[in-house]
Amino acid sequence: MAERPILAVIGNGMVGLRFLEQAVGQGLAERYRIVAFGDEPQPAYDRVHLSAFFDDDGGDLGLADECWYAANGIELRLGCRIAALDTTARTVVDDRGEVLEYEHCILATGSYPFVPPIPGTDAAGAFVYRTIDDLEAMRAWATAGCSTAAVIGGGLLGLEAANAMRQLGLHTTVVELAPRLMAVQLDDGAGAVLRRKVEELGIEVRTGVGITAVRTSPDGRAVGLDIGADAPPLDVDLVVFAAGIRPRDQLARDAGLAIGERGGVVVDDGLLTSDPAVHAIGEVASHAGRVHGLVAPGYEMAEVVARRLAGDHAAVFAPTAPATKLKLLGIDVAVAGASEGASAIVVDDPVSGTYRKLVLGDEGEVVGLVLVGDAGPFAALSGLAIAGAPAPANAFDLLTGVADAGDAGTVCSCHNVTGAAVRSAICDGGLEDVGAIKACTKAGTGCGSCLPLLDRILGEELRAAGKEVSRGLCEHFGQTRQELFEVIRVTGIRSFAELAGRFGTGRGCAVCKPAVASMFASLSSGHILDGEQASLQDTNDHFLANIQRDGTYSVIPRIPGGEITAGGLIAIGEVARDFDLYCKITGGQRVDLLGATVDQLPLIWARLIDAGFESGHAYGKAMRTVKSCIGSVWCRYGVQDSVQLAIDLELRYRGLRAPHKIKLAVSGCARECAEAQSKDVGVIATERGWNLYVGGNGGMRPRHAQLLAEDLDSGTLLATIDRFLMYYIRTADRLERTATWLETIEGGIDHVRAVVIDDALGLAKDLDADMARHVATYECEWKATLDDPVRLARFRSFANTDEPDPDLTFVRVRGQRQPA
Amino acid sequence: MTLVDTDAWVEVGLTADLMTDRGMAALVGCHQVAVFRLGDGSIHAIDNHDPISGANVLSRGIVGDRAGVPVVASPIYKQCFELATGRCLDDPWLPVRVHHVRDADGRLLVRLGTAVPESG
Repeated sequence: MAERPILAVIGNGMVGLRFLEQAVGQGLAERYRIVAFGDEPQPAYDRVHLSAFFDDDGGDLGLADECWYAANGIELRLGCRIAALDTTARTVVDDRGEVLEYEHCILATGSYPFVPPIPGTDAAGAFVYRTIDDLEAMRAWATAGCSTAAVIGGGLLGLEAANAMRQLGLHTTVVELAPRLMAVQLDDGAGAVLRRKVEELGIEVRTGVGITAVRTSPDGRAVGLDIGADAPPLDVDLVVFAAGIRPRDQLARDAGLAIGERGGVVVDDGLLTSDPAVHAIGEVASHAGRVHGLVAPGYEMAEVVARRLAGDHAAVFAPTAPATKLKLLGIDVAVAGASEGASAIVVDDPVSGTYRKLVLGDEGEVVGLVLVGDAGPFAALSGLAIAGAPAPANAFDLLTGVADAGDAGTVCSCHNVTGAAVRSAICDGGLEDVGAIKACTKAGTGCGSCLPLLDRILGEELRAAGKEVSRGLCEHFGQTRQELFEVIRVTGIRSFAELAGRFGTGRGCAVCKPAVASMFASLSSGHILDGEQASLQDTNDHFLANIQRDGTYSVIPRIPGGEITAGGLIAIGEVARDFDLYCKITGGQRVDLLGATVDQLPLIWARLIDAGFESGHAYGKAMRTVKSCIGSVWCRYGVQDSVQLAIDLELRYRGLRAPHKIKLAVSGCARECAEAQSKDVGVIATERGWNLYVGGNGGMRPRHAQLLAEDLDSGTLLATIDRFLMYYIRTADRLERTATWLETIEGGIDHVRAVVIDDALGLAKDLDADMARHVATYECEWKATLDDPVRLARFRSFANTDEPDPDLTFVRVRGQRQPA
Repeated sequence: MTLVDTDAWVEVGLTADLMTDRGMAALVGCHQVAVFRLGDGSIHAIDNHDPISGANVLSRGIVGDRAGVPVVASPIYKQCFELATGRCLDDPWLPVRVHHVRDADGRLLVRLGTAVPESG
């Protein structure tokens, strides 16, 4: 291969790394020899969460490890500082004198901490807050007999540094020159609330205080701060400067590149400096007279440059109004746009310690949002602030969290996409399916919980435009789920290939394959991992566990009714301990064990099954749990044995697959401690029997369940629930929960009552038979998997080695393992 | 850490162990590769790394087609990647690498690829 031209990346911080990732994604590693320089000894790490370095377990701040660089063909030179940049010769020279000729050079040298020009800042025990080396030096100093610290600076960086000092066990004082904390982002009211909350953590706050010198002992140690003639000096053992940053632009200055008035390398919208072969990104760049000190705009710059080098000359850096949501010292702080305007709605609640402000412009448009103590309304309102949209009529209710934004506000919270943006994308782009909306707006590409809402908005817009709305499952099947269910039931087809061949087109997709697999399962078609069925399953059903964001899985054994023996708890605990799994109690009264790799799943389940547990089906669109209160056996108010009924229900419906998950609950009296009215099927005890509620759920759109029948005896109750569930499974749309199904089915709950109680459609016998077959053929999927070497053989991370995914990294938080 | 020799074919298992329309991950040096066999018998290999979620999971996605083009859908956020080219159909700026794969008398061989599809 001919020698490739060199792409030199100076600086290996978070933005430098992001550029390398984007460069790899754009295929630049094939076209260029990429050489990355970092002057710190370790590859780029998560500087934003630097204070996590002092977590109990020495928090892992790692991003990409050195193997990632090597695997992607990037030469990484660590501990290597670039001494000179010659834009005429197009060379860089490192501190060992080695010369490298580049075709393109990316400056990502970041920033250095600002230290005020006062005496004593070079004393031993005075530090800046920037690198892991800084933190290690602070820790070494602090553990040698320090008890107090002062942090200079009460902004974002200062509060992070205060958190680090607190974690070192030092009594900490934050000293800020401005009259309030986070003076740039917050107004006085918000600053005051933040200050109270910071002080509640035992951190002292001194605002409006300028330091004039670091006091030093005769042997050159920092012993305190002079804070003006009128105030006594502040005695401390350690001083941290975290009062802002300055662009690290010396290399560019020496090279003769244009420098901004307030520092930083001047760049155009394409992030090009005054030299056509040098780009600058991140905190070293000065764009439109401004240096951006947050990581998000730096990431955007990295992406723009990678795209431009790949040939997309339309890519430009267009910073949006800043919107930031973060936790500082565990306190929610969220800001978007401006903190002051022509007028504002302000809710300053000293009881709950929250401050909410919606800032309005001259025309009543939203220009800013400030939240301290509770960032809840951020999703609904930050989009309006960034877009400068008119304030909605219920702005006050949105701000106080009384109302949710519906589709007028944010539809997709993961990517902050508003209903208005989705609607205009549909109209302007002529979009006709949800996939196109996802590609165009990114809505629905996060957790996916807004997909039904996107579907509804799409339907409304298409109907409004007079277009036909397809109700088909996906591009491979024109039928609705309900129609396909009837096809499968009547024809007895149990193979996807045959179904697609006779009633659909193509190879199928991630929508129709699991939907068809679920229908096969609802109609009792044997083990879900046998034969062709295995290839249809979503990864959760394929590995009988719930995939998590890092690709590991969670394990939930069934605990019927939430009743468990001490021995059972110990057995779960021992498994969790032996496999180092993260434990969390679920809302459905069971225990979630997280962090298992594919190869560990059978080993974990062998132990759990030995201890008498079975699959909890938490991974399936299936019956999940039957939650219960303690009921009449113990409770002085209980009128029926709710635990016994919950166990009976859970064992009856375990493993039942459905269009969506199904949750049940049983309360032993009208006090309703099991929250049955928020479940798909809720049972509440009465003096005379049981009341049956259906169609409730929590989730994105909480719904109360509706009363279906009153005072049922246990036998009639079971028969009614049997028919209700089977009728739902037959007629609901894909991913439609019982609440939406009851809203959309013609005739609503009265129709469903007529079908399941009065047998108005003559279906009762069929529905009963379907459920009887389910109950008779149930088997624990995990036990059946462990008993079969063919099924078991799939549980490997790699075909060619027994090791688990080597790229998985974890941190220890509050004594447990979490994804890094 | 040494660079993987991109010219070497690495045996990662038996072709018969590949399920039809389902993926399998293999470790080639320190690079994770997802290998798939389709209903027509063709074999494909792309990165196992999902550039959107950052997790190594593409081998565990559902195989299907979009408008006739064979794809795998990431099991995390469901974006589709074209098996033949590595192109991401839902975000053209985030392609994955395609790798060479072949069957040699029942043995499944993989060679790391260098080609990333044209973006856009």
